[in-house]
Amino acid sequence: MDPRRTSSAQWADVWLGLRVGSDIALSNAMAREIIHAGLAHEAFIGNSTTGFEEYKASVEMYTLEYAEPITGIPADVIREAAHAFATAERAMVCWTLGITEHHNAVDNVLSLINLCLLTGHVGRWGSGCNPLRGQNNVQGGGDMGAIPNKLAGFQDIEQDPAARERFEKVWNTKIQPTYGKNLTQMLHAMHQGEMTSLFVIGENPAQSDADAHHVVKALTGLDHLVVQEIFLTKTAELAHVVLPSTASWCESDGTVTNSERRVQRCRKAMEPPEGARDELWILSELARRMGYDWKTPTAEEVWDEVRVVAPDFAGGMSYKRLEELGGIQWPCPDESHPGTQFLHSRLWETPVGGRPAPFSVVVNEPPTEERTPEFPFLLTTGRRLESYNTGVQSGGYDSPLHFGEALDISPEDALRLGIAEGDIVRITSRRGSVLAPAHIDRALRENLVFMTLHFPDEVKTNVLTIDVSDPKSGTAEFKACAVRVERASVGAMNAELV
Amino acid sequence: MTSAIAPLVQLGRPDRTPKKMVSLTIDGHGLEVPEGTTILGACASLDIEIPTLCYLETLRPVNVCRLCVVEVEGARVLAPACSRLVEPDMTVHTASPRVRHSRKLVLELLASSVDLSTTAGMTELLESYDCRPERYGPPAPPAANRDAAIPGHHAAPDPAFAATVAQPVKIDNELYVRDYTKCVLCYKCVEACGPDHQNTFAIAVAGRGFDARISTELAVPLPDSACVYCGNCIAVCPTGALMAKDEHDLRAAGSWDPSSQQVTDTICPYCGVGCTLTLHVQDGDIVKATSPLENSITLGNLCVKGRFGWRFVQNRSAPRA
Repeated sequence: MDPRRTSSAQWADVWLGLRVGSDIALSNAMAREIIHAGLAHEAFIGNSTTGFEEYKASVEMYTLEYAEPITGIPADVIREAAHAFATAERAMVCWTLGITEHHNAVDNVLSLINLCLLTGHVGRWGSGCNPLRGQNNVQGGGDMGAIPNKLAGFQDIEQDPAARERFEKVWNTKIQPTYGKNLTQMLHAMHQGEMTSLFVIGENPAQSDADAHHVVKALTGLDHLVVQEIFLTKTAELAHVVLPSTASWCESDGTVTNSERRVQRCRKAMEPPEGARDELWILSELARRMGYDWKTPTAEEVWDEVRVVAPDFAGGMSYKRLEELGGIQWPCPDESHPGTQFLHSRLWETPVGGRPAPFSVVVNEPPTEERTPEFPFLLTTGRRLESYNTGVQSGGYDSPLHFGEALDISPEDALRLGIAEGDIVRITSRRGSVLAPAHIDRALRENLVFMTLHFPDEVKTNVLTIDVSDPKSGTAEFKACAVRVERASVGAMNAELV
Repeated sequence: MTSAIAPLVQLGRPDRTPKKMVSLTIDGHGLEVPEGTTILGACASLDIEIPTLCYLETLRPVNVCRLCVVEVEGARVLAPACSRLVEPDMTVHTASPRVRHSRKLVLELLASSVDLSTTAGMTELLESYDCRPERYGPPAPPAANRDAAIPGHHAAPDPAFAATVAQPVKIDNELYVRDYTKCVLCYKCVEACGPDHQNTFAIAVAGRGFDARISTELAVPLPDSACVYCGNCIAVCPTGALMAKDEHDLRAAGSWDPSSQQVTDTICPYCGVGCTLTLHVQDGDIVKATSPLENSITLGNLCVKGRFGWRFVQNRSAPRA
């Protein structure tokens, strides 16, 4: 399922080329078809879930005929997908940012969870919901509590006083029982002047975040911006202080957690360049100057503290065991525990172990911006195989697959606008305008264009994207904004680059 | 417990019940191994070493190099140990005169026609089988263009020379080079690029007989092919015919020195798959990235970013995007 016929789609038995932002219509239509065909896993639903009747009523309007014009997928193809999913011995739903970079990201995810609950494709080997992580430690960041509402091991800051107490004892400090701000809320607070200082570690928000003009304005308005980085990125250029650090994956020791919750060891393989400091040293030194002596712990000592404050999560994961077992999947509460291959198996206990899994009623909502006569295209953004985010890392090697930034456009639209391969075009949204060469791509349908954020020095794609975000997750709607596309000249592109 | 809900132990895990054991004799030693084991696998459990070129534990055997042949009593022809499965009461000889003679022929023909200078362990192997590839004559001059060979159109070979697969090194991109003068046609790269790992199918075997060679579609340069530069072909190549350009350049400059390289396993800095990257560091710089064959996540495979995308850590001075 992808609006573009990607190289993965080319390998698929069936490609569901849905319209951008119609994910819930598709999920709900599949659900209705599964229910009406008698393929729902009634025993599992009865034993292990709640809210099924409300859910069933909510998807009733999503007939195949209703979903076809919304999703752009023929009704019989939706039916085929629904039956294949429901009757498979094992099935899993894997997704990435195509589901989560929408204003209704959480609802999109819930609609997929609903499908897994409906069919019992959860909590069993080879089944389940898999958000595929885009960074080598984005899971680990969450694991360690680098999110505004959880402490390490996903212990809730507001609702888990016992966890707070455990941390307070070890850290010898008081933990405020209130959620912090997510990135979107922080940007808002910076604009409002409520947040005046910012410490950025290894991120390039000046180029990676939606509506770049807006973000740069927020960053430049700060009283104090500190950036800890391995390069002088565009964000670092805006900083009052830059702290050069080691590349944590090869110049220092530690752990990262991959997409399957496997905690694995990173090891120091080489010496950092002169002047670059280990990140633990930098943080400990900052603490020391604020009056706390952390004694510059080793990575293993920090990890062992995680095992103490989040025992259910990581208690059994000593460095020694991580070495021996080649990584361990959390949760791993004690040293005799082998790690957890898949989650939620408790749902298959009778009666259900713990809280039953709730169905969620979700309704289809189109993207915030729809196509209009003034902005007749929908722009969706994403990644390409050989590149990575804003190109800070992937810009460092010469790949024959690097073609620079381009606007991918369907052959039909290119023909209509008189655009040939490589022609420079101007792409304009309600927020800004950029120039890029056009690439005619048969993977795209009419009225849909595609860009990446890999070459922000040449094409500032995020000048175009919209700063509306999901109120629950804070994720911006990178996947959909309305634009218009016009022919431009090479001279215009050169002038803009200067 | 209601019957409709499967108990936890049956939640769809693959069947791992023990297999039936098979008794056989190898070089006079009786042993029992699980049904489905290859002769090669059975030999490994006795620490009997069998030479291989086209075999790799992460690839399906293609039985083309014929270096691993063994004698099975009662069989008319020698059997490839890498793919022949054990059978009850089988009697196998791994070092009989017939086996050694056959392996010697394979090795001599390869050594007379292919540059094996970067094939690990080959010098010792040629010695241990008393190979004299030079008896086929001095190497013939390289073919002008092996890629243009047309099936069925051959000039008669000159019996004074040993025909070779020599041809110019193909350097058409910054990531890796293809030196088919060193290619023994083991098919490993084709398998890794194709159905066994990458499913990209950028390369295949073109031509027939002695003209057979690994080729992209219509022999186009790699950048014009379907190649995605994962380098998983490099990872499985036993002869160094496929090599990262860094290693190739360092070798050409005479500064490739594996004995001075520090080898450290860490995790790739890119996506969330969490591939183990083995970094080979020489004089403070990463010179090669590989992944262990036995790693459960990678089976030795990486993508273009993992295998080649680490250069950013080595040049920090320039401002970046």
